[in-house]
Amino acid sequence: MSDTQPHEPKGAIARFLAASPDSVGKTIFIAVAVCLVASMVVSSAAVSLRPVQEANRLKDKQVNVLQVAGVYEPGIDVSEAFAAFEPHVLELATGEFVDDKFDPATFDDLAAASDPELSMALENDPAGIGRKSKYRVVYLLRDESGDLNKVILPLHGYGLWSTLYGFIALENNGNDIFGLQFYQHGETPGLGAEVDNPRWKALWNGKKLRDDEGDLQISVAKSQPAAGPEYYVDALAGATLTSVGVDNLVKFWMGDEGYGPFLAKLQAGEF
Amino acid sequence: MSQTKKEMLVDPLVDNNPITLQVLGICSALAVTSSLQVSIVMALAVIFVTSFSSFFISCLRNQIPGSIRIIVQMVIIASLVILVDQILKAYAFEISKTLSVFVGLIITNCIVMGRAEAFAMKNPPVASFIDGAGNGMGYGLILLLVGFIRELFGAGSLFGVTILETVNNGGWYVPNGMLLLPPSAFFIIGLIIWAFRTWKPKQVEEREYKIQQVEAH
Repeated sequence: MSDTQPHEPKGAIARFLAASPDSVGKTIFIAVAVCLVASMVVSSAAVSLRPVQEANRLKDKQVNVLQVAGVYEPGIDVSEAFAAFEPHVLELATGEFVDDKFDPATFDDLAAASDPELSMALENDPAGIGRKSKYRVVYLLRDESGDLNKVILPLHGYGLWSTLYGFIALENNGNDIFGLQFYQHGETPGLGAEVDNPRWKALWNGKKLRDDEGDLQISVAKSQPAAGPEYYVDALAGATLTSVGVDNLVKFWMGDEGYGPFLAKLQAGEF
Repeated sequence: MSQTKKEMLVDPLVDNNPITLQVLGICSALAVTSSLQVSIVMALAVIFVTSFSSFFISCLRNQIPGSIRIIVQMVIIASLVILVDQILKAYAFEISKTLSVFVGLIITNCIVMGRAEAFAMKNPPVASFIDGAGNGMGYGLILLLVGFIRELFGAGSLFGVTILETVNNGGWYVPNGMLLLPPSAFFIIGLIIWAFRTWKPKQVEEREYKIQQVEAH
């Protein structure tokens, strides 16, 4: 250490502070100290703000269920409007509700996707999600007379950068799409993030999943496929990979590995 | 010190504006200015980060080893940015969704690093804080100008309140959709730079080359 000051500082701390910042010991000390303080600040902020953030996320999810079902208006009481929706835990493989096994109000199907007991690894994985939960929370909306009006199904899959999480709302025949909406994704603003554009979302309204033979025909594509305009949503300009991702995830979740068994029951009028 | 504290605060607004004179921080200025509300939140976030990062870096300036000074600066800046991001997610959820990655990208905003390296490493904490706040405000001023023009002429509204009734809603105004897309901010910032340099000719840079007149024979 090249300490050539005329007045030798007293005490260990004063000597340390006066030492040249470029010494090896001090470099390591500053690096460790700055990182420690910074990580404490960041982690305490993250931990203390988590409950508020979780509440926001829950409300945002409820708002999205309301929006995709077309009943959301700005300023309404979200939790009150949300109470009109019947949540159910659905077993994907059988298409049956298993509300006696899990509580639909608290069951977290996304967390369940990483629980080996409740999920399965996917061999055929077009949506790029790795594992799928065997159970998902779905919402039924009934009209005043108690007849089924719409079903709201969660879906997710990989786009370009991120996993897109959203809901699809189907009419009570289980084949006509009412709307599709994503509530969380990290796609490029202005390009892939245009999945949030109301004009693009409006394209989904009135489309059909399956043709008369029962084959899944819905697709997001750049040009209209042979199946016809009622099975086709125009891809997003400048966001090919996000569009492919949305195409894959809709096909996956609407197919036999996703809600296929449930939709078959829905079409048979079982609910 | 050559500048008074007031000059430090006011100078970066027009005379030494980080966007128009130094042409820094353009990326986020393009992306987040499609509405005024989002522009304001982004501006406040940047003012907070530049002022406090300059303050803390200046407090440590005699202790920061030269070999790792950029890393130390980045750690301090990044921590502050994460703090802002967490607070926005908790108390301004809708806006934080619109800002998405751009709050996180304040870390890479050249204005913050630039002030840390150019000013805070050589000046005392309070002066650095004011300098950081001034530069953040200079950035914010341009954001607000661009946001004002883009929201008013692109969507016919200000702060989400309709000013010019658009044709889609049964009014008379045909909105300029291009203004809602990021490239339009390039034109607006270019025009603002032109206006500033016409107003303050001192800001005009010297030509790097001169076209020679060659006599024709």
